[in-house]
Amino acid sequence: MKQKRMLDIVTYIFLTAGALLMVIPFFWMISTSFKLPADQFTKTLIPNPVTLSNYTKLFSVDLNFPLLFLNSTVISGLITIGQLLTCSMAAFCFAVVKFKGRELLFGALLATMLIPFHVTLIPNFIIFRWLHLIGTSVPLWLPAFWGGAFGTFLIRQYFLTIPRDLVDAARVDGASLVQIFWKVYMPLATPALAALAIFTFQGAWNDLLHPLIYMPAAPNTTLTVGLAFFQQQMSHGGQFTVLMAGAFISILPLLVIFFFAQKLFIEGVALSGIKR
Amino acid sequence: MEFGIKPLGRERLWLWTLLLPTLFGLVFSAFGSLLATIALSFTNWDLLSSPTWAGLKNYIALFTDAKFLKSLSNTAIFSAMYVPGVVIISLLVAVLLNRKIRGIGIFRTAYYLPAVTSAVATALVWNMIYGKDTGILNYVLGLLHLQPICWLCTSHAMVSVVIVNIWGAIGEGMIIFLAGLTAIPREYYEAAMMDGASLTKQFFKITLPLITPSIFFQTLMATINAFQAYDYIYMLTRQGQGDSNIPVVVFSIYRNAWYFGNYGGASAQAIELTVIVAVLMLIYLWLEKRYVFYE
Repeated sequence: MKQKRMLDIVTYIFLTAGALLMVIPFFWMISTSFKLPADQFTKTLIPNPVTLSNYTKLFSVDLNFPLLFLNSTVISGLITIGQLLTCSMAAFCFAVVKFKGRELLFGALLATMLIPFHVTLIPNFIIFRWLHLIGTSVPLWLPAFWGGAFGTFLIRQYFLTIPRDLVDAARVDGASLVQIFWKVYMPLATPALAALAIFTFQGAWNDLLHPLIYMPAAPNTTLTVGLAFFQQQMSHGGQFTVLMAGAFISILPLLVIFFFAQKLFIEGVALSGIKR
Repeated sequence: MEFGIKPLGRERLWLWTLLLPTLFGLVFSAFGSLLATIALSFTNWDLLSSPTWAGLKNYIALFTDAKFLKSLSNTAIFSAMYVPGVVIISLLVAVLLNRKIRGIGIFRTAYYLPAVTSAVATALVWNMIYGKDTGILNYVLGLLHLQPICWLCTSHAMVSVVIVNIWGAIGEGMIIFLAGLTAIPREYYEAAMMDGASLTKQFFKITLPLITPSIFFQTLMATINAFQAYDYIYMLTRQGQGDSNIPVVVFSIYRNAWYFGNYGGASAQAIELTVIVAVLMLIYLWLEKRYVFYE
């Protein structure tokens, strides 16, 4: 027993030290964002004096922070809607409907997971350039509307757990294919849809490379590219305090979602881990 | 026989309507992109004039272009540090968290936090931590009467960047390992305890063999992520002209295409990266057959 107590203490010490290393950068971000620009490099965690001036500066005209925030919200929202809709449509066909070539098609879809994303970068760019869509947000969200292997797989696995008697009963009642999809399967798949929504939104919100290619010019870009652009501007005599305020606001929506839907995040990751 | 409802009459049309977006993506976006990139890799094209046939020129450059070879070795070094780092540390955290301790919720949240937030935003703080004259890390070194280190200069940038990438990836690995660990039946440990097996012996004889599927999966994912790592490297080490202190292959692709208008060369690099990842996956699958233990 004494040995177990010792072990518990060591465990707590290790875990606490590690957890501090994980969260200190966040505390530092928040702390710096409330410091005066003159205090930006002081090594105290509690700002003295506390100021809100960095946040008001963030919303001044020349930085156009609200536009960045709006762009990220709209683009991530559209990407999430597109994925939820088209992935669940395909997932329903693969899980519930019997048709020729189903297994082959599903196998081909899964195989696309092995194609790294950087292979799609250049051809997609050339097509969207030909369509004169560079500088707009269309190339960022439109591809979300033609499905995806990961989302389809996730939803299909969930659809497979829904009792088949429900389908037979609905069929006896004369329900059509689309009605079974929309009225029976979609409402029952809420947990899987929510997990996919969170993953998709998070990925879209945090994406850097795609907006960097398609919307590289500030101010009309996303939060990630905008922040990278501010960083560059501020490297000469810059104000890290304002930058930290921007960084904090940019992660705030995901932090809020995370704290309210932590179970979904955790279950979603665990689910993707045992998908084999 | 496999389960499934048969579409009746006009429903056949509905079936293909529901599948249409995915079919389009499958044909044009996924396989189409792969073929298009292969085709592009045999051309010279800056997108301004018409493309010309380049033959194997872009592929020969893969073996002769010093900058590209440097980026290839950077990616290799990065992966060699990042993959074991993520797997070992997240396994360690998961094993400690699995000891039925109090406050597991708080710890889980703390460790997962960097995985939720954007690399761009957190990299901005890491810039302040790594700063040469004003950084927190060098301040701490100063308190210990040690010489300051230029964390993001070429000589140290690789290690500094790998640390941040591992920091950002521990959360996901931890969750995957926790899911694997909780699936191990408690009776195994109870039986081992009865026989008087030490904790280290329990770890190596019970935990480790039974967790190999999770280790395999996490190593696979970490390898894929390592070859695609970009955000932290861009935010911490970028220079003018799309360059970096430690350019990795994705950096090289981006730079050749969008800075130098060398879309053919960039395509050849993308294909090579794809081939390398594919070969690694095959090696992993072979290793899985040999060493991964499924109950």
